[in-house]
Amino acid sequence: MDFVTPINSAARRVPIWPLYILCALPPFWFLYQGLTGGLGVEPIKALEHRLGELALQFLVAGLAITPLRRHLGVNLIRFRRMVGLAAFYYVALHLLVWLVLDVQILGQIWADILKRPYITVGMAGFVLLLPLAVTSNAWSIRKLGPKWRQLHKLVYPAVLLGALHFVMLVKGFQIEPLLYMGAILMLLALRFKPARRRQFV
Amino acid sequence: MAYRWKNDLTHADVTPKGLFLNRRQIIAGLGAGAILGATGTRAMAQEALKPNSYEEITTYNNYYEFGTGKDDPARYADALTTAPWSVTIDGLVDNPGEFSMEDILARMTIEERIYRFRCVEAWSMVVPWNGFELSDLLNMAGVQSSAKYVAFETALRPDEMPGVAYRVLDWPYVEGLRLDEAMHPLTIMATGIYDKPIPNQNGAPLRLVVPWKYGFKSIKSIVRITLTDTQPGTSWNKAGPNEYGFYSNVNPTVDHPRWSQATERRVGGGLFAGREPTLMFNGYEEVANLYTGMDLAENF
Ligand code: HEM
Repeated sequence: MDFVTPINSAARRVPIWPLYILCALPPFWFLYQGLTGGLGVEPIKALEHRLGELALQFLVAGLAITPLRRHLGVNLIRFRRMVGLAAFYYVALHLLVWLVLDVQILGQIWADILKRPYITVGMAGFVLLLPLAVTSNAWSIRKLGPKWRQLHKLVYPAVLLGALHFVMLVKGFQIEPLLYMGAILMLLALRFKPARRRQFV
Repeated sequence: MAYRWKNDLTHADVTPKGLFLNRRQIIAGLGAGAILGATGTRAMAQEALKPNSYEEITTYNNYYEFGTGKDDPARYADALTTAPWSVTIDGLVDNPGEFSMEDILARMTIEERIYRFRCVEAWSMVVPWNGFELSDLLNMAGVQSSAKYVAFETALRPDEMPGVAYRVLDWPYVEGLRLDEAMHPLTIMATGIYDKPIPNQNGAPLRLVVPWKYGFKSIKSIVRITLTDTQPGTSWNKAGPNEYGFYSNVNPTVDHPRWSQATERRVGGGLFAGREPTLMFNGYEEVANLYTGMDLAENF
């Protein structure tokens, strides 16, 4: 039952740059939908929610890549930078929608960032992702050397903050954000578990 | 007594107006940047205070018994059987009993009330309700002098309500008012919207509407009304006592712990809709005397 080899050989053949374009497109589609009624009667919230949810999904996908390789031998490392940058792209657009379409009022933006814990937490997540996005290129990796790996450990607190933000913002007792948080905690915990098979690069 | 309150908002040709606003906002938003667009929208806000469209009112709802998404109620509430329907009125009343909808409607005078509706989540609408004053129903049951509060309960039908499979709230949904709030001429039981029977997602066949309080106080699909002498428990207060008070009057100066209540966004303004200032008691200042001497920040 070797399902790993075909996945790995297929993954090696998929070109990456079209994936960047593919991941960049949905927000434009959402924007079009928002302008033409496709997002319902309150398109601002709908847009904000879709971007937030996709951001979190990309972050989770990014976190899954290392454990997939270590524990199952599925090697998707080639896609990790693309997935991470896509996550950042969605977080940034999510923030932009909040700033420009949702709140709009400058005084309230600052008040909300400082006063509303779920916004503060989301903002902290975004701020932690910033240096990671900026250094997600070959030049930075060379330039920073071993410090690059250290720096990119920031993704762990960033993802946790993103999920916590979701847990904090829902009303009543809702399962969905807890499922994300659970998945993230599991993916993080797997990093402490010794690999089942020999690590191959 | 019907007709104790006169509409201050009027009907207008809603849809063309909505489209017109939309287009202007889009142009303003794209052309001059969203900040400029927002200013323009606010200037137009007063002028735009006309009822939301039937579509807006019936596709963007909070009715967690059918799911937590805003479109879940419109999608799933069809399953709710609303006829036959009866409402039990009990507690401190002279004529307790189970009253059928037909029985109730035969004895009430339906009138139109165009009210602002402000959700605790900082969005708002203007809704042309049809309904009768709650006081008429309570007087029919004969409120005893010892009664001080009114408790309400929503139907709980696991077979028809997919959302109650999840304990988002402690079902059934319950709400409550002080008796003087319940007897106020503004407080109505709605049975229709735009002269049509009220859709299930909006709380068919009978729901409360208290326009100066956050929307969640206006409990839907009511099956029981109980007059009590002690303050009844309310669903959102039980779920988050520091976020949702018993009174929950619309108050721009008392924020929800997680977001500001100073402004609101009218649903239907499109992608570039601006925010408008929220009004004390949602603009229904005539209820202020119900709360004289009360600290409204403490009794939020
Ligand atoms: C790591 C970064 C972040 C992630 C992963 C994230 C994720 C999410 C998710 C999953 C949702 C809920 C979507 C839904 O209900 O379907 C959400 C909602 C929201 N987020 Fe974020 N977010 C992040 C950062 C931010 C930042 C920086 C801000 C603003 C400063 C922000 C503001 C909001 C707002 C206002 C909502 C909607 C709340 C409402 O329902 O009214 N988020 N976010």
